[in-house]
Amino acid sequence: MSKKDLGLLILILVVGAVVTAINPRFLSAINLANTSNLVALFGILSIGQAFVIITGGIELSVGSLIALLGTLFIDFIAVRELDWPLAFVVIIVLGAVIGFVHGWLITRLKLQPFVVTLCGLLIYRGVARFYTADGTAGFAFGQNFPTLEFLTAGRSYGLPNSFIALIVIAIVMWVVLHRSVFGRYLYAIGKNEEAAKYSGIRTGRVIIAAYVICGVLTALSAIYFAMYTRSISPASHGQFYELYAIAAAVLGGFSLRGGEGSLVGVILGTVLLQELQNLVNLLGIPSSLNFAVMGGVILIGVLVDQQWGVFRARRRMIEATRQNVAGAPAE
Amino acid sequence: MTPTDTTHPDTAPFLSLEAVRKTYPGVVALDRFSMEVRPGEVIGLVGENGAGKSTLMKILGGVTRPDSGTITVDGAAHDGLTVEQSIGSGIAFVHQELNLFENLDVAANIFFGREPLKAGPLRLVDRARLREMVAPLLKRVGANFSADAPVASLSLAQQQMVEIAKALSIKARLVILDEPTSSLPMAETEKLLDVIKGLKAQGISVIFISHRLHEIERVADRVVVLRDGTLAGTLAKDRINHDEMVRLMIGRMLKEREKAGEATRAPGSVALAAEAIRTSTYPDRPVSIELRRAEILGLAGLVGSGRTELARVLFGIEERLAGSVTLNGKPLDVGSAADAVANGIFLVPEDRKLTGVLLDLSIAQNISLPNLPAHARRSLVSAGAELATAEKQKKNLGIKAPSVLTRTGTLSGGNQQKVVLAKWLAMNPKVMILDEPTRGIDIGAKAEIYGLMRALADAGVAVLMISSDMEEVIGVSDRIAVMHEGQISGILDKDDFSQENVLLLAVGKKPKLLQAAGGAQ
Repeated sequence: MSKKDLGLLILILVVGAVVTAINPRFLSAINLANTSNLVALFGILSIGQAFVIITGGIELSVGSLIALLGTLFIDFIAVRELDWPLAFVVIIVLGAVIGFVHGWLITRLKLQPFVVTLCGLLIYRGVARFYTADGTAGFAFGQNFPTLEFLTAGRSYGLPNSFIALIVIAIVMWVVLHRSVFGRYLYAIGKNEEAAKYSGIRTGRVIIAAYVICGVLTALSAIYFAMYTRSISPASHGQFYELYAIAAAVLGGFSLRGGEGSLVGVILGTVLLQELQNLVNLLGIPSSLNFAVMGGVILIGVLVDQQWGVFRARRRMIEATRQNVAGAPAE
Repeated sequence: MTPTDTTHPDTAPFLSLEAVRKTYPGVVALDRFSMEVRPGEVIGLVGENGAGKSTLMKILGGVTRPDSGTITVDGAAHDGLTVEQSIGSGIAFVHQELNLFENLDVAANIFFGREPLKAGPLRLVDRARLREMVAPLLKRVGANFSADAPVASLSLAQQQMVEIAKALSIKARLVILDEPTSSLPMAETEKLLDVIKGLKAQGISVIFISHRLHEIERVADRVVVLRDGTLAGTLAKDRINHDEMVRLMIGRMLKEREKAGEATRAPGSVALAAEAIRTSTYPDRPVSIELRRAEILGLAGLVGSGRTELARVLFGIEERLAGSVTLNGKPLDVGSAADAVANGIFLVPEDRKLTGVLLDLSIAQNISLPNLPAHARRSLVSAGAELATAEKQKKNLGIKAPSVLTRTGTLSGGNQQKVVLAKWLAMNPKVMILDEPTRGIDIGAKAEIYGLMRALADAGVAVLMISSDMEEVIGVSDRIAVMHEGQISGILDKDDFSQENVLLLAVGKKPKLLQAAGGAQ
C-alpha cells in the first residue's frame, strides 16, 4: 500500500468516525451492508474505468452502457425468458465487443477517446430508450430467479455477495495490473506511448485490451445494478455513473494523463465516495446537495495531493543539490 | 550575377559584429567572431553542423547575450541585443521551421497580433484596411497568391514568402534566412532565390544560411565561413566557389581519431538489405542500403536528408511506402517496431528522452521492457529475473547509478543512453541501428559507446550509425554511406574517408576517390 493509499484510508476512517459520532447508525449492520453493496457495484465499474485511465484514455459511455445492458438483461430473462446464465454470458460478451470497438476506433482510426466514448454515451442511452419505447424494463409480479438473486443481491456470512464478488475481482485485477506483463505494458504506455512503441510493445493491442476489460467489468456491474434496482427506466438509470467511476479513480490517485494509480487506490476512492453519499443521508444534509459535497471533497483531495507532490519534488531537489555540493556528482 | 548591384562598399554597414565570444559550460560556441553586413548586401553563411551558426543567430535575435564583443546596429554599439532591440532595429528571421498559423489566411498571419482595428468598443478587425496593408508587401515578395488564401493551401516556398512578407511588414532592414531551402524542391527553390534578389534590389540586407552551396554561389555577394565557432574566412564575390567554401569549412586535418578501435575481422555477409524503399518524406526517391555483419556502417548526410526516416522505416515505426527488406537473404515484413524487435533489429533512437527510455520507469524496468515475457512466469513478471538482467547489464556497460531501481530520468544523458543500449544488448541483436548515439553526451561516455559499438560489430552484429558529427563518422565507421535529399549519394571505403568527400557527397557532388571507379552510384 502506497503512502497515497494510506492517506486515503486514514481519511475514510476519520470521516467514518466523525459521522458515527454524530449519528451512530452509520455503523449499524443494515447501513454497513447497504453501503458495502453499493461500494461493490460502483467498485467493479470503477476498476474497469481505471484500466482505461491508466493508458491515458477515458471511457464516458459506461453510464449509458449500464442502462442499455441492464435493460437488455432484464428483457432477456423476464420477457424473452432466456436462461439467466445464457443471458449473463450474452451481456458480458456484448460488453467486451463494445469495449473492443471503442479500442479499435481509438487505436486504429486514431480517434480521441473522449470523442469516441462521448458518442457511445449518447448512442447507448438512445438505443436503450428506444428499445423499451421509453418505458420501464422490469420483472412481472411473482417472477423469481432464486440463484441469480442470491448471487447478486443475497448475503453470505452477513456480507453482501456482491461485495465478495468485488473482493475476488479486485484481487484478480490487482495481480493483472501490478504483477503481470500486461499490467507493466499498461503503465509504460500511460507514461509514454511513443517510447513504449519504440521498445517493441504492440501498444494498439494493449490499449484495445484495456477497453475490453472496461467493457466486461461494466457489463458485469450492469447486471448487478439491474438486479439491485429490479426495474430500469433507461432514461435515467446509470446516469452520471461514468463520472462516479472517473471520480473514484481520480480520488484514488490516478492521473488522467495516464501511467499512474493503483488498484487499492481506486477501491478506496469508491469507498470514500459512497461514504460521502451515506454521510449526506445520515446527517440530514439536503440530498440536493449530494453532488456539491462530492465535488467539493474531490477538489480538496486532488488539491492536497497536488501540493504534496510539489512539496516532495522541491524537497528532492534540495536534497540532490546538497549531495552535489557535498562532492558526489550526478554522473 | 544580379542585374543591378545595389551594394555600396563605401556606405556604412548596417550591422557589424566585433570580436564576439560566447561560451556555454564546457564549450566555446563562438570566439573572436567579427563580420559586417552592408545595406543591400546578401551574405552567404556556411559551416558544418555545430560550427556556431545557431549561436550567432541567437545573438542577433537577442535570445542570448554574448560574453564579450560589440554588436553595432545602425551606428549604435551594444554589448548584446535584447529581443526588443533586435526587432526594433529591423532584424527579422525566417526559420527553417515556419512559424505560421496554418488555419489562418495569409493576411491574418502577416499582421498577427498587430491587426488594424475598427473604431468602437468591440475592437473588430478592419478587414479592408488589413488587405490594403498586406497587398504591397505581397507584391514586394513577388507573391502569386492572394491575401485571403489559407496558409495551409500554400506550397512551402509560398509559405516562406509569407514569412518574408511578415518580416518586411515590421520594416525589416536585415532578413536572416535560416536554411530556407532545405525542405524545398528545385522549382520552389528558384522562386525563393528570386525573392532574395528582390530584397537586395530594395536595399534590404540578407543573411542566407544554407548547406546547398550552389545556391550560395548564385545569390551571395560575400560568403562568411564559420568553423568551430571562429571565422574561418570570408570570400569576396569573385572568389565564391564551391571548392573554396568546402576547404574553409573543413580547414584543418582531422583531429585525433575518436576511437572506436579498428575492425578486428573482415565484414561478413549482408544481414539487412533494403531495396528501393520509399519513405514519407521523400516519397519519389527510392533508397537502397545493405548492412553487413561485423561492420559499422556510418550514415552521414545533412540534417533533413532522410537518414532518420530510413532508420525509422527499417525499424518498422514508420510505414514503408514501397520496396522490400530482406534479413539474411529472407524477405522480411516489418509492419511495426514489435516485428523488428522480434527479428533482432533494434533502434537506438535520436530522441533519447522522448522515445529511447521511459524516464519515469526504473533502470531495470526499462531494460526488461522489450523482452518482458522472457522475464515472466505464466505472464507474471518475475522481479528476480528482471533485477538479475539489469544488474548484469549495469555492470557490463558501466551504468553509473545508485541502483538498478533508480528512476531513469535522474541519470545523466550518457547513462540514459547506456540504458537504451542495455535493453537491446540483453536481447542478442542481429542488426543495431543507432541514430545520433552520442548527441549531447560527454566525451567519456562517448568513447565508451564507441567501444560498445565496436564490440557489437566484432560479435558479428550489423551496425548502422547515423551521425552528423563528421569526426565521429570518420573515426568510427568501417564504411560510410552518405545521404543527399533522400537517396544514398555514395558509399566511401576506408581509403577514401575524408571530411571533404563526405561533405561533397552530402551536397550531392562527386567525391575525390583514390581509385577512379567505384564509390558513388
